[in-house]
Amino acid sequence: MTEMGPSTREAYGQALLQLGRQDPRIVVLDGDLSTSTMTRYFAKEFPQRFFNMGIAEANMVGAAAGLSRSGKIPFISSFATFLMSKGYDQMRMAIAYSKANVKLVGSHGGISVGEDGVSQQSVEDLALARSLPGFYVACPADGPSTAAVIRAAAYHPGPVYVRVGRPPAPLVYREPAAFAFGRAPVLRQGRDVTIAALGLMVPEALKAADMLAEKGYEARVLDLVSVKPLDTHTLIQAAEETGAMVVAEEHLLAGGVGSAVAMLLSQFRPIPLAFVGMEDTYAESGKPAELFQKYGLTAENIAWKAEALITRYRRR
Amino acid sequence: MTVAGPTLSQRAQKLRRLALESIAAAGSGHPGGSLSAADIVAVLFFQELRWHEKDPLWPLRDRFILSKGHAAPILYAALAETGRIPEESLQTLRRTGSPLQGHPSVKDLPWVEASTGSLGQGLSIGLGHALAGKMDGLDFRVFVLLGDGELNEGQVWEAAMAASHYGLQNLVAIVDQNGFQLDGATDAIMGLGPLPAKWEAFGWQVEEVNGHDVAELQRALAIPRPRWEEKGRPRVIIAHTVKGKGVSFMEGNNAFHGRAPTPEELKKALWELGGEAP
Repeated sequence: MTEMGPSTREAYGQALLQLGRQDPRIVVLDGDLSTSTMTRYFAKEFPQRFFNMGIAEANMVGAAAGLSRSGKIPFISSFATFLMSKGYDQMRMAIAYSKANVKLVGSHGGISVGEDGVSQQSVEDLALARSLPGFYVACPADGPSTAAVIRAAAYHPGPVYVRVGRPPAPLVYREPAAFAFGRAPVLRQGRDVTIAALGLMVPEALKAADMLAEKGYEARVLDLVSVKPLDTHTLIQAAEETGAMVVAEEHLLAGGVGSAVAMLLSQFRPIPLAFVGMEDTYAESGKPAELFQKYGLTAENIAWKAEALITRYRRR
Repeated sequence: MTVAGPTLSQRAQKLRRLALESIAAAGSGHPGGSLSAADIVAVLFFQELRWHEKDPLWPLRDRFILSKGHAAPILYAALAETGRIPEESLQTLRRTGSPLQGHPSVKDLPWVEASTGSLGQGLSIGLGHALAGKMDGLDFRVFVLLGDGELNEGQVWEAAMAASHYGLQNLVAIVDQNGFQLDGATDAIMGLGPLPAKWEAFGWQVEEVNGHDVAELQRALAIPRPRWEEKGRPRVIIAHTVKGKGVSFMEGNNAFHGRAPTPEELKKALWELGGEAP
């Protein structure tokens, strides 16, 4: 069985603390959620560099832009849905349009937030972040990957949005994980189909590959941790070599990473695609695993869609 | 010995002329709110702001953020008159490829400090600069010019709350209270009163001035540099102004909120503003 690791938000909090020790330019802003976003570790050790901006996301985003132009490297955190939805115009004007060097980390991404329900579950943050010109976007699968993403984000000269999650995340990588923007790690080789996944869908994709293997199909598994820019080379190569792809994300399909992959492949290597994600709906309160079941964010659904692609379109 | 240069009032009139000329050349823009802010901008740019002529990012510079971004022409005029940008560039306002975008863009013109035009954002950005100044113990000041209609935006009050919470004595908001917003009088669209009491309730030091009395502005805008060993509060200067100030047919005439003068109107306006006779 897969070994459980820390939540990606916990890994974010620890990575931020390490960064803070290394670089006095790092400052952190939070919107009264530091004990949930895990910026509290940084806040405790560096109170002079931590600003709790209260429950006022728009102002927090604008203030981060000002701090960055005065030479700081601000990380701002809230729940993904509050950060992206309530701070969007400010991200557009003061960060994206202004090319400000600000790092935004949204915790509680996806429906794995669970019992708190729809108001706290972010299913559109990646679409919003990806639509901002110049933004880099990442969604790590586990703790080690998160640490690598946060380090890379800090020293990428421009705006970055990172989505992290609430529940403990199964370990996909060993410490220290490697990460670079524009690179999609190949977690498993295969030639019958590709499963490209991100966040908590990565362990589901690996399970799906096991299920497919039992039926004699070899699935390639890609970690789309770098949502923007996508790893065009690895995706096109996978399309060429496997001929079909399932993209799995804990996000609305509209504007999600699947749509980005589809746009890429339809131009350079059109192949049959299938998508696992939220289908034009919000979720509800419930245990994360039950919600994943109910809304189809499971290894079984990924494997089922992959097998359907293989049997319908198999050419060799 | 000092050589007598133009007075600040004369400077302000020149800024008004340059702003109107650039708006007329562009064929669109916002004369009313540019003219109402001219005296405030003149006092800041010709007297108060500490800056480095070569480096728009000089860490010790006083920051000026035009939160009411539609008054961009008066800011561009001040940048030109202080030698930060060439005066000819004013004629490129709103043209494709020009750094003088319809509303200020810091990516295209680093001297403007912030990209504005979506109202309500400038005070938050100024707050960020002010927090950085306090963190580093620097003595620069941050001036943010807001419109009165802009105060409808909730974000302004989020920033106001945070500025007093963090004791940002280096942050100065200036409200260009010309009494109008796009659709009409501010009192009719969304009542603001009692404005001084609102800022006071948010923990700010409030001063009201005549926004066209240069001497009064000079005194009010001579904000002491922060002394971080002492506690302090942010300050707001509510400047009572006249929309379209200085041009008889634009004063209090909200038709000139967002339309360019015709060539005939421009001639008349320039003459009224101390330019050559038409």
